[in-house]
Amino acid sequence: MNTPVDDLLLANVSRRHFLKGLAAGSALVLAARWDLALGEEEKEYGADAMPHGWVDDPNVFIRIDADGTVTVTNHRAEMGQGIRTSLVMVAADELGADWDRVRVEQAPADQEKYGNQNTDGSRSMRHWFAPIRRAGAAARMMLERAAAERWGVPASECHARVHAVVHAASGRELGFGDLAAAARELSVPPRERLELKPQSEWRYIGEDAGPAYDVKRGSVVRPKAIDGEDIVTGQAVYGADVAFEDMLYAVVARPPVYGAMLRSVDDGEALKVPGVLRTVEIDGTGQPAGFKPLGGVAVVAENTWAAIQGRKALKIDWNLESAGDNAAYDSKAYRKQLQQTARAPGKVIRDEGDIESALADAAERVSATYYMPHMAQAPMEPPVAVARIVNGRAEVWAPVQNPGATRSGVAKRLGLEPEDVTVNVTLLGGGFGRKSKPDFAQEAASLTKAFDGRPVRVQWTRDDDLHHTYFHAVSVDRLEAGLDADGRALGWRHRTLSPSIGSLFAPDPEHIAPFELGQGFNTMPFDIPAIRLENPEAPAHVRIGWFRSVYNLPHAFAIQSFAAELAEAAGRDHRDYLLELLGPSREIDPRTFGDQWNYGENPERYPIDIGRMRAVIEKATAEAGWGRDLPKGRGLGLAVHNSFVSYTAVVFDVELGDGGGLIIHSADIAFDCGPQVNPERIRAQLEGACVMGIGIAMQSEITFSEGRVQQDNFHQYLVPRIDRAPRETRVHLINPDSEAAIGGVGEPGLPPVAPALCNAIHAATGRRIRRLPVGDQLSA
Amino acid sequence: MSTFTVNGKTHRFDGDPQTPLLWYLRDVSRLTGTKYGCGMSLCGTCTVHLDGEPVRSCVTPVSQAEGKAVTTIEAMSEDAVGRRVQQAWLDLGVAQCGYCQAGQIMSATALLRDNPAPDDEQINQAMSGNICRCGTYARIRQAIHRAAATQEDEA
Repeated sequence: MNTPVDDLLLANVSRRHFLKGLAAGSALVLAARWDLALGEEEKEYGADAMPHGWVDDPNVFIRIDADGTVTVTNHRAEMGQGIRTSLVMVAADELGADWDRVRVEQAPADQEKYGNQNTDGSRSMRHWFAPIRRAGAAARMMLERAAAERWGVPASECHARVHAVVHAASGRELGFGDLAAAARELSVPPRERLELKPQSEWRYIGEDAGPAYDVKRGSVVRPKAIDGEDIVTGQAVYGADVAFEDMLYAVVARPPVYGAMLRSVDDGEALKVPGVLRTVEIDGTGQPAGFKPLGGVAVVAENTWAAIQGRKALKIDWNLESAGDNAAYDSKAYRKQLQQTARAPGKVIRDEGDIESALADAAERVSATYYMPHMAQAPMEPPVAVARIVNGRAEVWAPVQNPGATRSGVAKRLGLEPEDVTVNVTLLGGGFGRKSKPDFAQEAASLTKAFDGRPVRVQWTRDDDLHHTYFHAVSVDRLEAGLDADGRALGWRHRTLSPSIGSLFAPDPEHIAPFELGQGFNTMPFDIPAIRLENPEAPAHVRIGWFRSVYNLPHAFAIQSFAAELAEAAGRDHRDYLLELLGPSREIDPRTFGDQWNYGENPERYPIDIGRMRAVIEKATAEAGWGRDLPKGRGLGLAVHNSFVSYTAVVFDVELGDGGGLIIHSADIAFDCGPQVNPERIRAQLEGACVMGIGIAMQSEITFSEGRVQQDNFHQYLVPRIDRAPRETRVHLINPDSEAAIGGVGEPGLPPVAPALCNAIHAATGRRIRRLPVGDQLSA
Repeated sequence: MSTFTVNGKTHRFDGDPQTPLLWYLRDVSRLTGTKYGCGMSLCGTCTVHLDGEPVRSCVTPVSQAEGKAVTTIEAMSEDAVGRRVQQAWLDLGVAQCGYCQAGQIMSATALLRDNPAPDDEQINQAMSGNICRCGTYARIRQAIHRAAATQEDEA
């Protein structure tokens, strides 16, 4: 009887992978599954649906040396979310390894071998908990079998304890290192016979890693963060830290406007700068840009400083005609254009009930228009990559979220097969979506080719990063609602306008795509009789790309701000009103809203759970002391949002200080992502999202004039500094033992932050913020 | 020719004396613990100590180090205050991506040398030149308090 050991296993064993994994398995099972496969066309979800899917072969991920050292290969990019620790905790726990004897090795790009490596969409733990667990369990069972054969006893009598296999009846024990060679020769147990550890036997999963390491709590040893010591001693290796003896250093002058091309360059003065060796033209690739470089002129030198000085001395004539109307792009005019477009109906996305009569019959009509500007991810480590070519094979070192796309892009650029390109993934000094787009690795590839394979490092300066990133989409959201005499919402009309990331890969669709609508727009779950959602057109004039939480940011800002405005119009408490808008606890299939995407997850395993939304609201408000008396000028603000199949509510306590400065006394964040592997890192992600969200609300804005970015560095593109962080940040993780499937962590904490803060500002000051960032609006 | 020490060792540099210390450390000396973040003294990622004082190495020309002692993150484990700060950072799990943390630790160490028990306001003031995009500020504050407390214990 092949009973799946747990729900996660069941969900992840798709037909395709089941067949692949059963190559050595039972013919009977194979036949049965094959019949099933013929009978249905099953949509694949989760990791099954990702390019190259998942792999759970222990020989791919786990190696044990004769001295007992366990090496776990981590194939996901580490950008601060702690995946190098958390995923290794999973493997080590199932294996029964002693954390002090576990090390981690970073996988190069090889999706055929490791499965999907695109570290994006808050997917790593959601998609990899089950496969890595199985890899750990399989490796443990192989060690147990090796011990059983050595001792001549049944395998069922041998059990892995901490880093050793024990035969209880005879008291014999062998360390993992003693068994490693024999275990390696054994076949991998078939997936359906794996014995996964019950939760009660976990030593690391669900325990805090990182802080207070070496603290022993009973038999549980908190694993320490894998890279912690290296980071605080300056030994951790990021993209810019890779160096070779004969390496060259490059910076690139890129077209100032999206789509512009190099017409001519005079590099005479640049070449006079001591240390500058040569300039190299990099092919521009026009629009749509995809992950290809923007092109331009590289200055290659003996060190970074010389290259930067040389670039300043270039005289470049750019051809702006090829950029078309991008060369006239003005973000202020564009805002007005979108606001104008938002006045007329657009492409209908959802239509329930009779919106026109709901609005016409309303006792009170409320409308508001919200704006969120372009933003740059601005990771502290700007894009950087090192490349060389040896014997016709290219090798790249780069901080990339998407190693697979880096490899295929570099191969194409150099006219090589992907097999002839090695991409070594360094630590990422922040990602936030910027490093999902590996254009900078292709620049390094072009440059090493120009120098006959000599290693070249291309370094983006901060102004490069702000001028040429893939920008967060600018947006206008116009909402209108009709309330009855008791303040209940009868009708809700929402028009959302943003350029689409689709414009990066194909002719501009001018409408956002299903995976963008599904980020909190068409999935808006309020229980209102008449709902009409529209998406009028909005063309793209710059490279638009993923920014942490992506389109959830404007959608959550608009919807959660407007809900607070409705509560005010109805004369009701915001929390109570929000709970009423959500309606009773229930599970909603997102397909009933027209959302077929659902973050790629099975809507039956991952419905929109109103009960969980209510629970995070109740938790955050209770912890923040919602309803307590506050002095004049001080107020609480709330927002809730579900994204990346997790649930977050935030309450801020703010006060307007003398001179218009905002004091953020506290943030209470309630978060439900289902089962938690590494709760301490989850808290860290939410604390960080809170700070980033405060920046989005208060300060961060990229503007364009004549197609050019107007911010050069952190004196103009403002991001939060330590004095912006709340005086107290309290994260409340709820429901860790729930039966729910694992949700995302890196992104879902961010979307409700800005609306919660703006709702708090309103509560404290009476000022309603509809245009972000707040900037000087409070002192104006 | 500029002559100075880096982490106690004598260095001589005969390149452009206007070269920022950052690029000398990273590209010439291959001491890569000190990071580039903005090049304009705006983010603090490149913070090192010059004769014990925190400076932004991205705007400090090598000529300014002449005859002085440069200390980088690589030497902080041998510094009594620096080691306590590093330990507090580990105890509280401050780092996320970690890229800015060398600069944060250099600034925090300098702060604690001047002021062994700073309050939140003083911490905000001393650390506001160091940007962390991951948003680890709450823990940075706590870690500085913790390092201050362990300093007291050992005093």
